[in-house]
Amino acid sequence: MTTTSTSTSTLNVSTGARFSKIMGIGGYRPRRVVDNAEIITYIDSSDEWIRTRSGITERRWASDDETVSMMSQAAARKAMERAGVEPGQIDTVIVATVTHLHQTPAIATTIASELGATNAAAFDVSAACAGFCYGVAMADSFIRSGISKHVLVVGVERLSDLTDKHDRSTAFIFADGAGAAVVGPSDVPAIGPVVWGSDGDQADLIMQSESWNTAMDPDAHEDGQAHWPRLAMNGNPVFKWASYTMAKTAAEAMDAAGVKPEDLDVFAPHQANNRITDAMFKALKLPSDVVVARDIINHGNTSAASIPLALETLLESGQAHSGQTCLIIGFGAGLVYAGQVILLP
Amino acid sequence: MPTTEEVRTDLAEIVNEVAGVPANDVQLDKSFTDDLDVDSLSMVEIIYAAEEKFGVSIPDDEAKNLKTVGDAVAYIERAAS
Repeated sequence: MTTTSTSTSTLNVSTGARFSKIMGIGGYRPRRVVDNAEIITYIDSSDEWIRTRSGITERRWASDDETVSMMSQAAARKAMERAGVEPGQIDTVIVATVTHLHQTPAIATTIASELGATNAAAFDVSAACAGFCYGVAMADSFIRSGISKHVLVVGVERLSDLTDKHDRSTAFIFADGAGAAVVGPSDVPAIGPVVWGSDGDQADLIMQSESWNTAMDPDAHEDGQAHWPRLAMNGNPVFKWASYTMAKTAAEAMDAAGVKPEDLDVFAPHQANNRITDAMFKALKLPSDVVVARDIINHGNTSAASIPLALETLLESGQAHSGQTCLIIGFGAGLVYAGQVILLP
Repeated sequence: MPTTEEVRTDLAEIVNEVAGVPANDVQLDKSFTDDLDVDSLSMVEIIYAAEEKFGVSIPDDEAKNLKTVGDAVAYIERAAS
């Protein structure tokens, strides 16, 4: 960290890099592929219904050894390698997740330590599907203020742990995985201003069905048993909010960055539902040649992991390229949201 | 005030745009789900587009009760008056 002193103060304050950028992105996808044929053994539905309502044809569910920590580390190693950054250079680790099932400590400290990012500042962020964009916003700010130099941002979920696989409204959507980005100093602007916020009035639209202490209390349930909680979602209002209110937020993020729809190369929204992506694309009036992330088709909705996973897919497949302008926007349980325009690594 | 037929025509255009249903099929006695094969997410899109087009608010609780094109047209006429 660089420090300067001024004549009016005895305190040194941090000064950072002028700009920051995403230097590298990596992902981890669990081994087990769960197709719609398997899903309809749990719920009364059909492959056609699932595909037309969500676009999803298959998703990945983590096995026991594919823990939140293990998946995060695998994604982070790829991101660091692509960024050309050694673990020892990472001074801050931000892990966005809602499915690390230990209340404390944060999983970020274990991940930092096992990666070799010794003594890095490390903490978890609970911002659901907006978690990755919240993390990128903080990383950008930390680097430009000088309190961090290289920040590892991880989005990771094992949503299958909290999904009731017999719940017709969620069983086919939620999935598991990890995505990571290394954010570091840049010579040119490469992370636009974040447009973010929350709407707690609508907290009940997507939520854990009951608190842990209620879930574990046998007396709280009619059958006298403890119940594992589940993620519940009220689909139609969420669809409306995500498709229209979030399209406005995405437009604001483009405005804030000074990027017009015709200047945009790639649109990578949180992979919540392909129909939401379609509705946002239409509401934003994006040109037809903008590349759109459709990772949900093969990987389902992985919450905080979905944007970095989608970006990795676009970059690896050659659909998107380094240096292109990309609009990312995360939105979900809270309700919370965050969007920004970035240059792809 | 637009006539019932004008509201139906405008709504039919929205249904056509969102769900690809031929506008002529969107008649007052038709059920969105059973006759026009409009799914629940398309219905959300139609409701949103109708709110914008007609300058009315259709809360989720009310939207649930709009089973037929005629229900929707009547609601829009009441809300707009």
